[in-house]
Amino acid sequence: MSAPTDAELARFVRHEARLIDEKRFDEWYALFTDDAHYWVPAVHGQKSPLTENSLAYEDKLLLQLRLERLRSPLAYSQKPSSRCLHVLQEPDIEQRDDAKGEFLTRTPFMYTETKGGDSQRYAATAWHTLVWQDNRLRIKLKRVDILNCDAALPSIQLFL
Amino acid sequence: MSRYRDDSRAIERLVEPDRVHRDVYTSQEVFELEMERLWSRTWIYVGHASQIPNTGDFITVDIAAKPVIMVRHTDGSIRVLMNRCAHKGTKVVSDFAGNAGKTFRCPYHAWTYRLDGTLLNIPLKDGYSGTRLEPQGLPVVKNVETYRGFVFARLAEEGIGFREYFGDSLSSIDFLADRSPEGELELVGGCLRYLHNCNWKMFVENLNDTMHPMIAHAGSAGIAKKLWEEMQKGREGKPADLPKPMAIEQFVPFVSDYDFFDQMGVRVYPHGHSFSGVNFSIHSAYSTIPEYEAAMKRSYGEERAQQILGTVRHNTVYYPSLTIKGAIQSIRVARPLAADKTVLESYTFRLKGAPEALLQRTITYNRLINSPMSVVGHDDLHCYRAIQEGLAAQGNDWVNLHRNFDAGEVDAAEVTANGTSDISMRNQFRAWREFMVEK
Repeated sequence: MSAPTDAELARFVRHEARLIDEKRFDEWYALFTDDAHYWVPAVHGQKSPLTENSLAYEDKLLLQLRLERLRSPLAYSQKPSSRCLHVLQEPDIEQRDDAKGEFLTRTPFMYTETKGGDSQRYAATAWHTLVWQDNRLRIKLKRVDILNCDAALPSIQLFL
Repeated sequence: MSRYRDDSRAIERLVEPDRVHRDVYTSQEVFELEMERLWSRTWIYVGHASQIPNTGDFITVDIAAKPVIMVRHTDGSIRVLMNRCAHKGTKVVSDFAGNAGKTFRCPYHAWTYRLDGTLLNIPLKDGYSGTRLEPQGLPVVKNVETYRGFVFARLAEEGIGFREYFGDSLSSIDFLADRSPEGELELVGGCLRYLHNCNWKMFVENLNDTMHPMIAHAGSAGIAKKLWEEMQKGREGKPADLPKPMAIEQFVPFVSDYDFFDQMGVRVYPHGHSFSGVNFSIHSAYSTIPEYEAAMKRSYGEERAQQILGTVRHNTVYYPSLTIKGAIQSIRVARPLAADKTVLESYTFRLKGAPEALLQRTITYNRLINSPMSVVGHDDLHCYRAIQEGLAAQGNDWVNLHRNFDAGEVDAAEVTANGTSDISMRNQFRAWREFMVEK
């Protein structure tokens, strides 16, 4: 095993955002480990996704459900379908554990989601816990801290 | 131009026994009258006592589109005050929640108030001597009632009493609180705030609309059902079945068939209140938690524990502001902002004396169903917004509530009907008319 360089970690994070923006959801889904979670806390400094309310805390089954939904003609809230764009700052490598093959990156970003004439914008920070598995990087946890996560928010239908 | 303010007949004409005029959803004037009349003359949910356990603890919310503070006074009582300085009108407290210490202090000119709202001090007071200023405090909401921790306020000084207003519908709050082995709830886990670009009534009516889930949620809960069926393929008859994920258990019943929702039953009470799930509900088939059931039996005895746990009402609407789900210990609160703008707040409770699994279950449910990122929420809000936009059409000014209409229900005190009836909506509009029309 050869541990990924900082540049490879950063490239992985950029690639992940691009897959969402381009709706290459099967490739995106394959980036996650089997026990992965996608977590969007509802308050800053939230300790637990299990005993406190989150905006989202999805395991792979729930992510699969969302992706099936985006393809389903029965999801009327996707008429017209949503689009999104991530504009990322260069990811910081916060922690490296080469022996364990586990890495933490921090990526501030701006996110825009549109649907028909509606447009929403968020400032957020993504925290990727990445693991080196089967000779490739995978996401074990993606936590997204939305700057105004405690505001009354409209429907957010894609993935920050 | 005012069409409705000075014309009670015009307001009356908006609501017929089995249909309502679109203006009840789209007119900003009607909305403002709703806040002044319906939302001020009825009992509105403010917050839960467990949010402010200590002296000086407060929360701030808007009720009837007016900013208020709910605070724990030094004598232990709960007070509701208008969040408005007597001086320039400044909102005195801006945080969602906190502890005020012994006083509220206006951030602009430091006028200070005791926790009961009375004025304590004005800087350079002498400057007012000989003026017409009559010292006053934060306006007090005098009519406040706490029922098993649920705090309600009626803004109008005179009006219907709390018990008369809610009557036997309070049994749903009892069944929720009694789900705690200690009979007490603690609001925990924070709040999910979901901005709805629609009229508040679309949400409140939807709570006991059981003709929509199998259609509107086919693209969310329906997909959960399909995924679960696929996961089980080829596993039939095997001894170790896959454990059913909590998300599957909570999503799948939303797409039960018409017969299920019809048999569920609905009950309406005077003044707009109702609940569906008289006989059973989408929460009936949740897996049991033996440790919890044992704790319930120890507290209540076998028979009463079975009665509490067997009561799994779907949604109870405490018209117009609060909706509760006792079986899953979560509540939603409507905070209307404009004719086409409403904030929905969702909260979860810890059942005191119950294992943590119960807390995790309500947190999961609240996130899956009530979050701005909930797929079920997306389904519902899409439909509400589509109504808001569709009602701008011409050629039909009426919204129909005819399903299973029976003229005999109009004057009945309490009615139990088949679950897919529109009776809960008709019942809400009868209350609407009762409080909106100037006598």
